[in-house]
Amino acid sequence: MEQKDVLLDIKDLVVEFRTDDGVTHALNHLDLQINKGETLGLVGETGAGKTTTGLSILKLVPSPPGVTVQGSIMFDGEDIREQSEKVMMTLRGSEISMIFQDPMTSLNPVHVIEDQIAEVYEYHQKVSHEKAVEKAHEILELVGIPADRGKEYPHQFSGGMKQRVVIAIALAGNPRLLIADEPTTALDVTIQAQVLEMMKDLRNKFGTSMLMITHDLGIVADICDKVSIIYAGHVVEHGNLEDIFDHTRHPYTEGLFNSLPNLNDRKAMLKPIRGLMPDPTQLPPGCPFAPRCDYAMDCCSKSKPKRVYRNDEHYVECHLYNEQNIKEGGVINRD
Amino acid sequence: MGRYILKRILTLIPVLLGVTLLVFLILSLAPGDPAKTILGEMATPEAIEQLREEMGLNDPILVQYGRYMGNLIRGDFGISYKTKVGVVEEIGARFPTTMKVAFSAIIIAIVLAIPLGIVAAVKQNTLVDGLSMFIALLGVSIPIFWFSMLLIQLFSVKLGWFPVQGTGTWKHYVLPGLALGFQSMASIARITRSSMLEVIRQDYITTARAKGLPQGRVIRHHALPNALIPTITVTGLQIGSLLAGAVMTETVFGLPGIGRYMVQSIEGRDTPAIMGCIIVFTVVFTLVNLIVDLLYGLVDPRIRAQYKK
Repeated sequence: MEQKDVLLDIKDLVVEFRTDDGVTHALNHLDLQINKGETLGLVGETGAGKTTTGLSILKLVPSPPGVTVQGSIMFDGEDIREQSEKVMMTLRGSEISMIFQDPMTSLNPVHVIEDQIAEVYEYHQKVSHEKAVEKAHEILELVGIPADRGKEYPHQFSGGMKQRVVIAIALAGNPRLLIADEPTTALDVTIQAQVLEMMKDLRNKFGTSMLMITHDLGIVADICDKVSIIYAGHVVEHGNLEDIFDHTRHPYTEGLFNSLPNLNDRKAMLKPIRGLMPDPTQLPPGCPFAPRCDYAMDCCSKSKPKRVYRNDEHYVECHLYNEQNIKEGGVINRD
Repeated sequence: MGRYILKRILTLIPVLLGVTLLVFLILSLAPGDPAKTILGEMATPEAIEQLREEMGLNDPILVQYGRYMGNLIRGDFGISYKTKVGVVEEIGARFPTTMKVAFSAIIIAIVLAIPLGIVAAVKQNTLVDGLSMFIALLGVSIPIFWFSMLLIQLFSVKLGWFPVQGTGTWKHYVLPGLALGFQSMASIARITRSSMLEVIRQDYITTARAKGLPQGRVIRHHALPNALIPTITVTGLQIGSLLAGAVMTETVFGLPGIGRYMVQSIEGRDTPAIMGCIIVFTVVFTLVNLIVDLLYGLVDPRIRAQYKK
């Protein structure tokens, strides 16, 4: 795995939000790796630290209260954490872009959209405003918006159209890494499919690597090459699409699948994961999932589980597994 | 747009009717007798009674109001009881002075307040923020008349940079403008800070930063226009307190403005003069509010779209 084609390598990242009410442990020793041209799905519940991960890569975690305590974020061999604000400005929007969750609030209401896109060209390619607007029109057409609507304001667009504009802004710099933070959550299903299809096309066209942040396993199956399952700011299971879908190991991942309706057996009851995410200001000392886990043992609430590999890629962090039974499976109900 | 402005100007009519009626009623309830004021303390009761009859002061108050409004519609503001000069001429001579003071005050206030508010918001919870807000706190706490005297003491008496009193050159308006503007500056700076703080937490500011824009551009181009609406509102409202504060500064700096004229008129129970001042203030205040609403449209395209409907 030490090939040169690793684009993003996050190791042992710890991010906290320190407020008067206490310390929120948003990311707890997070590890993440994306190879060039690959799409990684980062899957987890609301509050698991997915958006903080995305913002950390751009070094845009609001500070205060956000504090990066330890860890490294290597982007193309350089640690983002060490970069000056000046260097970050050249990376943001051009090497790394982010599509934000809510298109309704991600666009500036007082500027026409073509100017909001053109800014990226003006600042990164140092072209004149006229030339930048011209290029903005091209990318608008690319995401399926007629260029003559560029003169309109965000409030004149529907949600799906706004998300296309947000995507256009993210793609304008032709980034090597695109972070998509639940890009379709705020959209209705038909528009979701369109936007996803478009993102897939564009990714293939430009060879962009992608971090797809989502809680929707359907999207993961559709668009991702690899999947990291995040729980309470820590990756608990990681593997290829096939590893995760066909050789599910972690009880939390199993729980995510059980929460999906089964098309073949529509009478079957949904089995949501009981309980809620632990309070990130007071994480339990052992496995953070232990209080909600159907398979929890005594040791689970006492010590953190070690990482166990099933193959070169697929690993899980759970006390249920050892070198032996992780290969065989049959430990949890799903497989 | 034109129709919108016309509609707004037409709403001035009911506002003026309400304001004049209210002031007229209050004046009639206030103690004192205009006839007595005109004739002096030594006048005989018969003479006073005769004058009251001539002036129509013995008629029911609504009749008096009707008569006043009837004249007003024909452009007749009446004659000052005290000076026997037409109210229009009296106010006309004083209006420019008050406007100059108010204008320099609002300019000084805006020029100081907006940068102060922005810096305080961007550097939230730092020394700069604390200092800015301390200045703002001073602004709302210090009485205008006292601050005026401090300014005169320092800049006119000690340093001799500006004249103590009077009108004539632009220099005469700097200290009154500063004294009057300081208080408004405080309110405008505080509201600019809080609305900036709200705006820089918005998603579209993160979007702007994620584009790789420099901090200055993010603040000026993306945050400020969105933060301006509350600032404009408060600035508009401040014009009202500026007019009220004009009374104070005009007195301290010895400026012949409407503020001082109105106070003198109230002391002398000079009803036509008081009414004239009130009408001028009302019109100015309403027009300022109209300008404020038009400015909203200028900074926010969503509001602009509503005006077009």
